[in-house]
Amino acid sequence: MNPMNWPVVYPEALLLLLACAVALVDLFVTDPKRRPTFWLAQASLAAVAALHWIFYDGGATIYGMQRMMVGDPMGHLLAFFATLAVMVTIAYAQPYIASREMLKGEFFTLSMFVLLGICVMCSANNFLVVYLGLELMSLSLYALVALRRDHGVSTEAAMKYFVLGALASGFLLYGLSMMYGATRSLEINEVFNAISTGRINGTVLTFGVVFIVAGLAFKLGVVPFHMWVPDVYQGAPTAVTLLIGGAPKLAAFAITIRLLVEGMLGLAVDWQQMLMVLAVSSLVIGNLAAIAQTNLKRMLAYSTISQMGFMLLAMTAGVVSGNTLSAGNAYSSAMFYVVSYVITTLGTFGLIMFLSRAGFESEEISDLAGLAKRAPWLAGIMTLFMFSLAGVPPMVGFYAKLSILQALITTNLPAYIVLAVIAVMLSLVGAFYYLRVVKVMYFDPPTDASQPLQSGGISALLALNGVAVLGFGLLPGGLMAMCRDAILRALAT
Amino acid sequence: MGFGLLSVSIWLPIAVGILLLALGRDDQPGAARWLALVGAVASFLVTIPLITGFDNASAALQFQENLPWIARFNVHYHLGVDGISVWFVLLTAFINIIVVLAGWQVITDRVAQYMGAFLILSGLMVGVFCAADGLLFYVFFEATLIPMYIIIGVWGGPRRVYAAFKFFLYTLAGSLLMLVALIYLYYKSGGSFDIATWHKLPLDLQQQAWLFFAFFAAFSVKVPMWPVHTWLPDAHVEAPTGGSVVLAAIMLKLGAYGFLRFSMPIAPDASHQYAWVIIALSLIAVVYIGLVALVQQDMKKLVAYSSIAHMGFVTLGFFIFNELGVSGGLVQMISHGFVSGAMFLAIGVLYDRVHSRDIASYGGVVNTMPKFAAFALFFTMANCGLPGTGGFVGEWMVILGTVSVNFWLGAIAATALISGAAYSLWMYKRVYFGAVTNHHVRDLTDLNAREFGIMAVLALATLVMGVYPKPFTDVMHVSVTELLKHVAVSKLH
Repeated sequence: MNPMNWPVVYPEALLLLLACAVALVDLFVTDPKRRPTFWLAQASLAAVAALHWIFYDGGATIYGMQRMMVGDPMGHLLAFFATLAVMVTIAYAQPYIASREMLKGEFFTLSMFVLLGICVMCSANNFLVVYLGLELMSLSLYALVALRRDHGVSTEAAMKYFVLGALASGFLLYGLSMMYGATRSLEINEVFNAISTGRINGTVLTFGVVFIVAGLAFKLGVVPFHMWVPDVYQGAPTAVTLLIGGAPKLAAFAITIRLLVEGMLGLAVDWQQMLMVLAVSSLVIGNLAAIAQTNLKRMLAYSTISQMGFMLLAMTAGVVSGNTLSAGNAYSSAMFYVVSYVITTLGTFGLIMFLSRAGFESEEISDLAGLAKRAPWLAGIMTLFMFSLAGVPPMVGFYAKLSILQALITTNLPAYIVLAVIAVMLSLVGAFYYLRVVKVMYFDPPTDASQPLQSGGISALLALNGVAVLGFGLLPGGLMAMCRDAILRALAT
Repeated sequence: MGFGLLSVSIWLPIAVGILLLALGRDDQPGAARWLALVGAVASFLVTIPLITGFDNASAALQFQENLPWIARFNVHYHLGVDGISVWFVLLTAFINIIVVLAGWQVITDRVAQYMGAFLILSGLMVGVFCAADGLLFYVFFEATLIPMYIIIGVWGGPRRVYAAFKFFLYTLAGSLLMLVALIYLYYKSGGSFDIATWHKLPLDLQQQAWLFFAFFAAFSVKVPMWPVHTWLPDAHVEAPTGGSVVLAAIMLKLGAYGFLRFSMPIAPDASHQYAWVIIALSLIAVVYIGLVALVQQDMKKLVAYSSIAHMGFVTLGFFIFNELGVSGGLVQMISHGFVSGAMFLAIGVLYDRVHSRDIASYGGVVNTMPKFAAFALFFTMANCGLPGTGGFVGEWMVILGTVSVNFWLGAIAATALISGAAYSLWMYKRVYFGAVTNHHVRDLTDLNAREFGIMAVLALATLVMGVYPKPFTDVMHVSVTELLKHVAVSKLH
């Protein structure tokens, strides 16, 4: 009988306990600024992050909960980054939601449940656990999008997200059930073994893979399952947009690795081709559509679509010419890309929130006009983020793109080199709209002379964020090595 | 040999620049100006030991620094200068001082940011010339785009936004293709970004051809060569005076330097095979662009086209593969730095007073500004290639080298002397000679001490180069012969 091995899920258990504690404690908090709740939430998240880091540092791969969960370095590292991301998100969001009647205990509790779902996904070793984590995260996010009850746009966004998300989860579940039917097991390792025996009907497997890829593509937000991204990003309150755009991307990456790589690497020939199509179309549509946008959040949504497309390119270069020699290189590049993307996105949306004041959403690109004169530091930090997303050195975004291009080109196959050239040319197109933001900040005269919120804590956090983007760009080695290490160990099992 | 001298040359101006950005206040422009001047002078003084301590007899990289940087991709922080690059380090630092002085009174808005941007740009350009690692070169190469974009966009002319975008995206397009080439070389060399390793890397003709054209895409836009030169007239016209000086004096040289450092030694066979392409485009630049310069009404645009024509000489000299040609091209690059810098400064002097760049709004400037007209005449003559000035030496060496390869090519190149004289002298005549027809000209004041100083120093430099170019060619000689020896050996066996 497989052992329970409770230590594997200590971080998740702690998180669940503390999330419930936060929910209960908040009932008795009378402070309109909800300070005790905020700090309790942050403390809880810090504890969970510390636990994840300790487990990551331990370096062991342990199976727990009757082999339904796996505690390996990759899972713990991704969960660690996700926890940090949610901590930063809540910190950035605090003044924003305070001025929009969203500052309720539910915000913190639901955010913690989102994180719980993400952590569960990162450590999942069973189809149902993947689905469980996914639904926990998604349902909490749907509720968060609708948290601003009096705002019609947010409610509309929540409806769209919910309906399309439910559809996508259905796809995923359908694909997983086909896999289960074909391989007779829900456990990812056993599915991998079953597929590699080669005795299973290929059609059923391919069918399953198609639906699974469709479900994953929705969660990542790639074409043609991208229609929810611009509407939800624009419609949701910016604090929730930040939450959606940050940590869940790490979770989507985690389940992509768990399902496609750890479970179905034998079918890589099939899903790699699918991902290639998804990636290229995301790059094309994401970059071209973003040029036409005037709303900053919508533009960033389309940019997210293209960034995720770029990330998927790395996923297509894992199994090449029938061998998995380049798998570690490819997948660790994708992981580094997702992590650096999350760092940059946190700062971008955090800055947008910082510029928004009560009754005034700084959502349009033109709202940033003349920011260099009004708030030079903020403009400088935003410039760092924009150039990082565009992939211009020496920010971390460049190294992320470099890693992925390197993963493609070192396969030495003409198809992949062509993909690399296409990716590079499309990111040139992308550079335009990032530059446009810099242009509006620096070259346009200010239309709005008011100063942004005065909040030392958040300014400091934004500055730290900017330093991280630049710092990881000047010294990317450490983060790259961590990602590489984690992936290699995940692949070894 | 001073350890860390190159690092100091790169990071000192960047550090002072960042200091200016951080501490600079709009209400204390004087402090910013003096800090910038001190920083620029210090950065120049630091580069002088590079020449005094340079061993003319060695073709190896000197003042080398090699530290591991990104272990994941075996990227090293590897710096070094040889006879080809050392003069450019000094030229960059020197032009930086000139630019800081040139913007002394003219720039009144956001002075600290202006000076800071130029200092950072200067440090990054020195980094390009010193880089001995492919990725380090690329990072510096691309990073120079950011400050230049801001400089053109914030302090430029009426169409500055268009010019800034055009400059950035055009140059980025070529560079991204070069990135693919660099990654391919990394793969081919078994995981090394070291340029010296790449020089020795055996490659077949088709691989060399692809690499050659990828590098060609990047460097031809930077130089710029016809037909991808259209960004330069716009960028020059719209940039502030200091920006035009830096653009013409240094940034164009980054492209030509790239041809010598990458295209020729890494792909020698492809260079020989496709040299006709470069020679043809160079001659088109020399002849056709010379004619285009003739019909310009805007002084800055005229000098911009003249820059393109001069750079045509440089690329012509490189791809005739003899010592006269390559040395001539290098000498031309250095003297063009002084001469075109001075030409743009002269136009800047006039523009500061009259606020017009149209030739038609001038006439008879010599009557009211005799000292300035004298300097302008000297620089115009240098631009034509008058013997005794630096402009002549490079052109003469290149023509001589070309004639020894093919008489008719040399003859076509020599027509540059005619068209150069035509547009330069005609512009001079229309602006400086003749009757004073415009009341602005009547009110002109002659050079003040600062402007006189800058002009004098540049004139001296040009004169020294013209009369006694031996120090320049002595330093280059061994490295150039070594390079040509390497390029003459085929990599195909």
